[in-house]
Amino acid sequence: MKNGSKVRMTYMPKELQKVVGTRPIRPDGVDKVTGKANFGADMVMPGMLWGKVKRSPHAHARIMSINTEKARALPGVKAVVTWEDFPPIPSEEAFVGEGPMNFRDLSRNCMARDKVLYDGHAVAAVAATSPAIAEEACELIKVDYHVLPHVIDVEEAMKSDAPLLHDDLFTQGVDPKPTHPSNVAKQIGFTKGDLEAGFREADVTIERRYSNAPVHQAYIEPHACVVSVAADGQTTIWSSSQGQFMVRAYSAKLLGIDISQIRAIPAEIGGGFGGKTLIYLEPLALAMSKKSGRPVKMVMSREEVFRATGPAAGAVIEVRLGAKRDGRITAAEAVLKYQAGAFPGSPVGPGCMCAFAMYDIPNAKVTGYDVVSNRPKVAAYRAPGAPNSSYGVESCLDELADQLGIDPLALREKNAAKDGVKALHGPTWQNIGYAATVEAAKNHPHMKEPLGPNQGRGIASGFWFNIGGESSAACHINEDGTAVVAVGTPDIGGSRASMAIMAAEILGIPVERVRPIVADTSSIGYSFLTGGSRVTFATGMATTQAAEKVVEELKKRAAMIWDISPDAVEWKDGKAWPAGANAGSFEPLPLAEIALKSGRTGGPITAEVSVNAQGAGPGFATHICDVEVDKETGYVKILRYTAVQDVGRAIHPSYVEGQIQGGVTQGIGWALNEEYIYDKDGRLENPGFLDYRVPVAPDVPMIDTVMVENANPRHPFGARGVGEVPIVPPMAAVANAINDAIGIRMRDLPMSPPRLRAAIDKNGG
Amino acid sequence: MPRVHFSGQAARRFTGGATELEVEANTFRRMVLELDRRFPGLGRQIEESMAVAIDGEIFQDAYLAQLKPDSEIYLIPKIGGG
Repeated sequence: MKNGSKVRMTYMPKELQKVVGTRPIRPDGVDKVTGKANFGADMVMPGMLWGKVKRSPHAHARIMSINTEKARALPGVKAVVTWEDFPPIPSEEAFVGEGPMNFRDLSRNCMARDKVLYDGHAVAAVAATSPAIAEEACELIKVDYHVLPHVIDVEEAMKSDAPLLHDDLFTQGVDPKPTHPSNVAKQIGFTKGDLEAGFREADVTIERRYSNAPVHQAYIEPHACVVSVAADGQTTIWSSSQGQFMVRAYSAKLLGIDISQIRAIPAEIGGGFGGKTLIYLEPLALAMSKKSGRPVKMVMSREEVFRATGPAAGAVIEVRLGAKRDGRITAAEAVLKYQAGAFPGSPVGPGCMCAFAMYDIPNAKVTGYDVVSNRPKVAAYRAPGAPNSSYGVESCLDELADQLGIDPLALREKNAAKDGVKALHGPTWQNIGYAATVEAAKNHPHMKEPLGPNQGRGIASGFWFNIGGESSAACHINEDGTAVVAVGTPDIGGSRASMAIMAAEILGIPVERVRPIVADTSSIGYSFLTGGSRVTFATGMATTQAAEKVVEELKKRAAMIWDISPDAVEWKDGKAWPAGANAGSFEPLPLAEIALKSGRTGGPITAEVSVNAQGAGPGFATHICDVEVDKETGYVKILRYTAVQDVGRAIHPSYVEGQIQGGVTQGIGWALNEEYIYDKDGRLENPGFLDYRVPVAPDVPMIDTVMVENANPRHPFGARGVGEVPIVPPMAAVANAINDAIGIRMRDLPMSPPRLRAAIDKNGG
Repeated sequence: MPRVHFSGQAARRFTGGATELEVEANTFRRMVLELDRRFPGLGRQIEESMAVAIDGEIFQDAYLAQLKPDSEIYLIPKIGGG
């Protein structure tokens, strides 16, 4: 297909690749380990003010009045903003970021208007000459609330008598259209075959209910930005995000200004995982910079990060499976109830599509509900929606295997989706590597490792689509023959190294001679944000094509130097060569020599390419997890973990391994410890890393990775996205391992020591 | 003629519940225009919130994606990521 980019249906064979697949030192590594990298909070400007946010102490309340008089009178305070400083935006859903986006909701999430909808919701902001003065001014702002009943739990929120968050929210996707508002924003569903006939055909039917908690993306770097609005309205935003173009577009929309007025400069990012695909501070800092005429810096505290950003959706997952005695699944059904937080937009759609994606099931149905409640608005988190539904399905599959007396891996092998199988959501699978991951897991030495008392092994699989999309990249040849690659997508997982590798491969020069950078919104063409495991695939395509254009230009310049036809020049090993004897006899011209003469042969050698990349190959994974359960304390120790994944072709294998290990570790945290704890008034009780426990290094063993390389023919080097799917299987893998260890099935996450201890007690100790 | 399937419920409210139909079109864009002509509002629904799987491959925002006479097309929710 043509869509502003070249058609590519073949990839460079592995045996021809000299740089792709190697493990050079990461170009951003030294700065990061020496503390020199500039993150969002490192930006400082002359005359800069400090911004702080006044946040709601209530989970649900009507704002009766906001009095900022005393705050504005405090010496050092230069600007105060409330909802009145932001233009009203009509409710209109558009898909512009990492999911459906309603800018009215985004605006109200950044600054509450008539109601506060969760503990920590912003109600005002202050810019002052010091952080202490700004904080003091926030204390002086008087907000008169009428406290309303609140609801935190997803199933409680779905009840007809639940406190309503939005009077104008009517459930979409039901017929006839409801006449009463509801906290259920949307109902969606997918069906395939004849579900009930499939269950009638089954010898064994199993039905279970599972739940997992909303968890935070837990990036180490809090949200931070500096915004400077000049007297003529020209605005510069420095911030840490997953997309400088997203920051620019969203900020412009929320302030009602033209995109051309804003230049967004990406800072180094200290983790995102999906959580930095939204904005929180930038519009507030922009409004206050405009008011004060001075740059405004805002940095969230960890408490603010927990109370007002993220989290990933939590869910209730009801699963029904029917199978023949030999293990062939005849029917599958799931009902998914997803937490959206205060505004609609949970990832229940992908959750539905991913639930049974790994399997060839003739009759299936998934129904999903997008449900609002008095929690922060959810944000994307690796493979958004997939870990929730997969936890339920992969746990239930384990229970089915147990009931049938079939090995869990054999059950997956028997029902594995393969090329030609139609997925529940419609597409017919092509060139997928799921069965290869099961096979690799089956043959891995891990499966033969003996287990001791209270030790168990769990298996689980996962799927994520991966995406492509709009990306821009430029390749510039420097005067000395080195190169710069500039891209429009922030580097959150090693993409600069991947871009340098791909450009070096095409240019035929050592990777160390390519300097990759992330450019700002005024220096490179539009690029969709970094997410969905799309950058190595899509921006990699743009980079490759830019480098190829440069090579074509280099051949033309060599032809000019030799005074022969460009067709008589070929490019190999970073040099121009005469293409055969008829082209003439010339010594090969290295890139550096051509670059040196570029002024005389037509000027600088450079190319920029923008693409809308299609054909991102889907990602599948199968994980093996060994645990040991301390029955006295309920502590679960991860003994060994092996993650097998179809990665297409690993551009920088160390980064691929790192993505897999990171995703698994986050999944283990989701499985074992992470959860938000609210008090009876809906206030978050654990907004910090002491009480919200993410895994730390001693909690996990060295996670073994097995990269199945089933090349994606739509990428020039065969790459698939790799960063999403590793978080999909761990929750079920850990739960299945715990069940194998002590015979107790944990159906509600997290499987923290107190919960596991209680379950052990309930089962007789 | 290419056959369009509506996997989820979002599009079906425009089609009166129809889950699949044939569309005379040779590109994705023409298919959307034709669907919108037959079911007003569906075009916008597709453009703003849906991706398309053409013969097994998922496309997002791809006006020029080619359709073959026997193409199998599924309209599905758009996909993002983390």
